[in-house]
Amino acid sequence: MRFRAKIVDVACLNHFTRVINTIAKLAKTCTLRLTVDKLYFILTDKVANGGVSMWCELNQGNFFDEFQMEGVAAEHNEIYLELTPENLSRALKTAQNAKTVKIKLTNKHCPCVTVAVELPSLSSSSRIVTHDIPVGVIPRRLWNDFREPSVPDFDVSIYLPVLKTMKSVVERMKNLSNCIVLEANLNGEMNLKIETDLVSVTTHFKGLGNPPWVSEDGSQNSTQDRDPESMAEARIDIRKLLQLLAGQQVNPTKALCNIVSKRIVHFILLHEEVSLQYFIPALA
Amino acid sequence: MRCLVTGGNVKVIGKAVHSLSRIGDELYVEPTEDGLSLRAVNSSRSAYACFLFAPLFFQLYEEGSLDPDGETFRCKVLMKSFLGVFRSLPSLEKMVEKCLISLNPRASRLVVQLHCKYGVTKTHNLSFQECELLQAVFDKELCANTLRAPARVLVDAVVHFPVTLAEVTLGVSPAGKVSFRNYLDEETEPSRTMVTELCLSEDEFQDVQVQQQSHVTFCLKEFRGILSFAESSNLPLNIHFDSPGRPAIFTLSDPLLEVHLVLATLSDPNSSSQVHSTTLQARPANGAFPTATPDDDFTGDDIDSYMIAMESTCEEGLGLPSSPTFPQRHPHPGAALESQSSAMESDLEGAVPGTPPQKKFRSLFFGSVLTPSQAGTHPGPSQDVLAEDSEGES
Repeated sequence: MRFRAKIVDVACLNHFTRVINTIAKLAKTCTLRLTVDKLYFILTDKVANGGVSMWCELNQGNFFDEFQMEGVAAEHNEIYLELTPENLSRALKTAQNAKTVKIKLTNKHCPCVTVAVELPSLSSSSRIVTHDIPVGVIPRRLWNDFREPSVPDFDVSIYLPVLKTMKSVVERMKNLSNCIVLEANLNGEMNLKIETDLVSVTTHFKGLGNPPWVSEDGSQNSTQDRDPESMAEARIDIRKLLQLLAGQQVNPTKALCNIVSKRIVHFILLHEEVSLQYFIPALA
Repeated sequence: MRCLVTGGNVKVIGKAVHSLSRIGDELYVEPTEDGLSLRAVNSSRSAYACFLFAPLFFQLYEEGSLDPDGETFRCKVLMKSFLGVFRSLPSLEKMVEKCLISLNPRASRLVVQLHCKYGVTKTHNLSFQECELLQAVFDKELCANTLRAPARVLVDAVVHFPVTLAEVTLGVSPAGKVSFRNYLDEETEPSRTMVTELCLSEDEFQDVQVQQQSHVTFCLKEFRGILSFAESSNLPLNIHFDSPGRPAIFTLSDPLLEVHLVLATLSDPNSSSQVHSTTLQARPANGAFPTATPDDDFTGDDIDSYMIAMESTCEEGLGLPSSPTFPQRHPHPGAALESQSSAMESDLEGAVPGTPPQKKFRSLFFGSVLTPSQAGTHPGPSQDVLAEDSEGES
């Protein structure tokens, strides 16, 4: 099992750092899956997470100048690691003006992802900072736990409002209630509602647009039969929603959510080189 | 005592107080003929800093008359109070034209008066306590290793470590490599904690003198305090250190100001000799030459319990310490402490512990200086209680 990668371009480094920062805000620990072409940051739904799950996919070619990966075996050419993204975020934080950043899998006192940053210095030789981040190697028999989640059979799919606006609305609502109702219809309308004994607050968004989904067999999507005014709703933990919104450092190219009434909300945020899916289950 | 600071020097005093506030809760103020000294020590006596401002630093410097015993006036004030006067450095820079520090004996107050723009004068009357001399015993000439670097290099070095990191290990090798690494104490699990190491080459330093490979571990918080002062004053920082367990000394100097920071370092629990004999030349407080200290320096006087805040180190605990401890300091009959004081015995075991230190740095190297009037007295447990310490626990 070997992994070595190098980033030389400053813009790539900044971008990669921002992705890691976003992941760090969403999960305390998560799984990093390495394949020949991609990196995946995966969080599976567990009671400990409050049932949220995450799937984030990056094309390695968009970030790394060099990328060498040898998986556990020839026919299973992948590596699964458990790590704390906050550590990676901290390591990259002070590396933004680096000449090169190398990331490799090492075995120091335990398996580690070592981030070696070569920094410019006034002297002839560069300054080197190494960060050894302990990781856990996930054995092959557990790999099935980390499969890509399928898009749920949703009732409504809708584009999200500008995330910054949505975030500031949700932030203020957080002070009033722990749960928020997210509802939307096929007319491009979305409401964010909180309701307590003393007060209820609703923010209405209009004209958002609904993404055209085509199901795999090409047949008409069942949602076409749905009354466009009818709202699909889910009551979710407001802090989880805020975590997702607050973690975004850059405006995504596309941001949408799929609502399965009273069951789950599936968020999809697409950037040029990164896709992030986040599932928040509905509260009972 | 009267000291008048003007212009940009006001901000320098302010920054000095900020650095000292990272060390201890009390500021020791002592005007001497060499200048005004501001000092602080932390509760576990593992960090000491002294800023000595030469008389020329001030527009007006009157150290004041000596008291009947021939001693200069010394006092300590609450750091919080003194820092409050200088809290906002930007506004100090913008608004304060002059700062007058003086003693008002009638009101028993240390007066800090800020003369600001637009005719505004802010007068702070701080209550003080008279106190013993606070002086750490150390001698940088005895340290085997010396580094000198511009503060910027060191600031850039520690930026890679999290703000919450407690201790950092500085390592040097004769080949000229200098490294900083975060220290993991025994409570942290190595398989779960990130380890960060920064390597600098000796080219980045103005001076590197290393006798043999060594590493010392000290508190980062106090080090950062002096680094930020060094950076703003644009002075290079000197680091003198030796083997683990011996204090590390950080100095800055320029014609008007001398800064010393002395930090205890963790001793290596695997070292063969548990008991270090440190032949430190005592640093004289008032210019007098000390008698040679053949053996360990040790902390003060269990009578002046307020000053000690020392925890007793028991013989048994030295077997194979599970945590790094400081080497036991054995009271040595006849060994002298620093300055003109006579030989003094300190019974470590009897010392009253002060605030228990959170870390395992033990109190180390302080000498309590006896006044000349007590010179010649061989102190024993029946020594007179020094009247100044009215708030001491007894």
